[in-house]
Amino acid sequence: MSVATLDIRDLYLSFRGYVGTVEVLHGISLHIDRGERVALVGESGSGKSVTARIVLGLLQELRSAHVSGELLFEGTDLTTLSAAARHDLRGTKMSMIFQDPTSSLNPVYTIATQFHEVQKRALPTLGAAESRAMAAKMLGDVSITEPDRVLDSYPFQLSGGMNQRVMIAMALANEPSLLIADEPGTALDVTVQAQTLTLMHDLVAEHETSVLFISHNLGVVREFADRVYVIYKGRIVEKGRTQALFGNPGHPYTRALMAAVPKITGGGVADVEEASEAFAEPMVDHDRQAVA
Amino acid sequence: MNPLLSVSHVSKTFRLGNHEIRAVDDVSFDVAEGECLAIVGESGSGKSTIANMVLGIYPPSDGTLTYRGAELPARRDLSHRRAIQLVQQNPLSSLNPKRSIGASLRLPLDVHKIGAAGDRRDRIGALLEEVGLPDDFAGRSPAALSGGQRQRVAIARALACESELVVLDEPTSALDVLVQARILKLLQQLRAQRSLTYIFITHDLAVVRNIADRVAVFEKGKLVELDTPQRLFAEPSAEYTRSLISAVPVVGNDEVRLREQLAGIDHG
Amino acid sequence: MRRTIAILLQNPLSLLGVTLVTIVVLSAIFADFIVPFPDHKGAVVDFANFNKAPEWPYIFGTDLVGRDMFSRIVYAYRISLILGIVVLAIAVPIGVTVGLVAGYLGGWTEYALMRVTDVFLSVPPLVLAMSIMGVLEPTLLNGMMAVTAMWWPWYTRLVYNITRAEKEEGYVLAAEVIGASKLHVIFREILPNCVPAIITKMTLDLGFVIIIASSLSFLGLGVQPPTPDLGSMVADGAKYLPDSWWLTVFPGLAILAAVFGFNLVGDALREILGADQ
Repeated sequence: MSVATLDIRDLYLSFRGYVGTVEVLHGISLHIDRGERVALVGESGSGKSVTARIVLGLLQELRSAHVSGELLFEGTDLTTLSAAARHDLRGTKMSMIFQDPTSSLNPVYTIATQFHEVQKRALPTLGAAESRAMAAKMLGDVSITEPDRVLDSYPFQLSGGMNQRVMIAMALANEPSLLIADEPGTALDVTVQAQTLTLMHDLVAEHETSVLFISHNLGVVREFADRVYVIYKGRIVEKGRTQALFGNPGHPYTRALMAAVPKITGGGVADVEEASEAFAEPMVDHDRQAVA
Repeated sequence: MNPLLSVSHVSKTFRLGNHEIRAVDDVSFDVAEGECLAIVGESGSGKSTIANMVLGIYPPSDGTLTYRGAELPARRDLSHRRAIQLVQQNPLSSLNPKRSIGASLRLPLDVHKIGAAGDRRDRIGALLEEVGLPDDFAGRSPAALSGGQRQRVAIARALACESELVVLDEPTSALDVLVQARILKLLQQLRAQRSLTYIFITHDLAVVRNIADRVAVFEKGKLVELDTPQRLFAEPSAEYTRSLISAVPVVGNDEVRLREQLAGIDHG
Repeated sequence: MRRTIAILLQNPLSLLGVTLVTIVVLSAIFADFIVPFPDHKGAVVDFANFNKAPEWPYIFGTDLVGRDMFSRIVYAYRISLILGIVVLAIAVPIGVTVGLVAGYLGGWTEYALMRVTDVFLSVPPLVLAMSIMGVLEPTLLNGMMAVTAMWWPWYTRLVYNITRAEKEEGYVLAAEVIGASKLHVIFREILPNCVPAIITKMTLDLGFVIIIASSLSFLGLGVQPPTPDLGSMVADGAKYLPDSWWLTVFPGLAILAAVFGFNLVGDALREILGADQ
């Protein structure tokens, strides 16, 4: 069996602040196989975004953050890497797509220049002309019909959906093994969001890129991911293959989430009780159930 | 029966340098007393412009707005302000961070001279209770509240001056799904108890399906479809409505089937 | 508030600032009880002890007419602080009101008010004060007027920029939709959100007003003798450097301590109150 792209074991995170220590993650384990699309779904404050930041090595540099646990990226333990080595991984072997595409791009440089910067992370000697040719091809892959016009544009001259596609193309430019997508498309209109997700889904499948997909939106997760982890207050409460988990949600928290999502088939607004004790029940693991 | 609010051939044009942008283009619809009319559309559809004109933030360039049979003037007087209120999308921004919850709720009571000055405090307590918050929240600052609690305060403020028509501008889009369900439930209860009329502005068709009496779909400043949600979801007549419905991310198998069914309808 | 003070005292630099400011303010208030020679603030002559290097009881030495430098520096603090407080007490309300009104109302009001502000801002402060003092009599009162005239526009700029940003916040829209008056929106809704930035700037400015007042006095245009003033002391003493070094060094250090202290506290407040604009 090949090595997992990402293997997180027993990850703990706490912050020291004025009012003492705040525990954010209470031992999270998560793995992503090569080419797999895995979603981490939860509400705000559940710890999903900090998990992504730990994988990227961004939180470890904060003095107030205390991280413990194993983080294996293609077999190497990220926790033993130096800050410089982690920096080298970002943008090359690992890349990220953020929620708001327009503010993640630099407004004072053209798309072509920013593309070149990204490519130079992996190929430091790449010339402008070569870069442009490669970038144009990649923009074509994300269904941008006029790559030359887009390359010469500044981000504010493009629509949100167009910028999101540019972000996807850039994120995949260096053929990363892991793509981290934090609420991609949430800032976009629903129709544009649906299109970009389909696009991203097809591209990562084609490139065999592993994806850690962070989202609060169960519907989006259902459409995008192969496997799902549900996170609640720093603990994984349910995990399993998308069909199994959505077909038969086992944990009270997952069930509450599913019930709370308004349905296009109607049925009115669900009654949701305040945070229930049942939400603290142990994790439901659909894979283990299948074996047993 | 006369409608509560009547929007008649309303257009709005904004000037940006030498460009003219027609944000709303010859739109007409009625809002009946007691109904929840959803206005659905994506960015640039004109849905927020409609809301701002109803609220009197700016007047229409063309056409008229009629409330209870009388034309709404460009400069609203206090009685119109009192009758038509707003709940905004982002409760973090809509509550003044430097003023207590009590002070925010007191403003509409003071402006519209509701109740004797001495019993304003009791009224504020009652309002908080009505939206499911303890009355000692009056002394807290918005920063001490969660997103859902802040939105409850914003709803209480909109109801404080005994308003009749509430414009809900994406009131749950910034909230987590569990909180969203609770706020939607609260809005439904309040509508029933206070016989309110809602204009519910949103981009989320799944929410609309479950709370609206009628749905107005806007595309690029034009009203493209206006119908009950039951009919709209069973047989959308506009191509744009169908594309909106098929873009909704869904969680249930029956929802997937509905979406596929809609995608299969051929209007050609 | 308690949290603000707690954080102020945790950081070594801001603690130094708080200490300096406390010493300056307390010595200005309790000058009569601290100084060994209270009457030396006025026109006293003591030729037996003139131009003495620091020695007990004249810890900072004496000046050319035999007055205790320490006593005069402490009294000079009092004058400087009163000057600073009076200037800010007049300049801040004017500047803040103009900024709020221009920022909130917009249109022609904004245009007119902000152009006037720009004119004041384009004149170097010291030059404007000097020209006013040149026309008028160089008295303490005129000095205050001159400094005030050039100080308010800075508050207008500051508050105007904050108001323009706050105007877009939802709470302003909410108040307008409720039907609140413009007066309410400006002073009850927007103003409280400008307060942290205003307090920060006022703290920094107390230091600057002391410098400007000292500069004017140094040029002979400010506080007139025999009233003690740090700037005039430095100016008068400069002629006798380096032999009578105590005549300039101690008043100079006194200016430094006060300005440095107010700056440290101001910087710390800016960070704590999040008043970065």
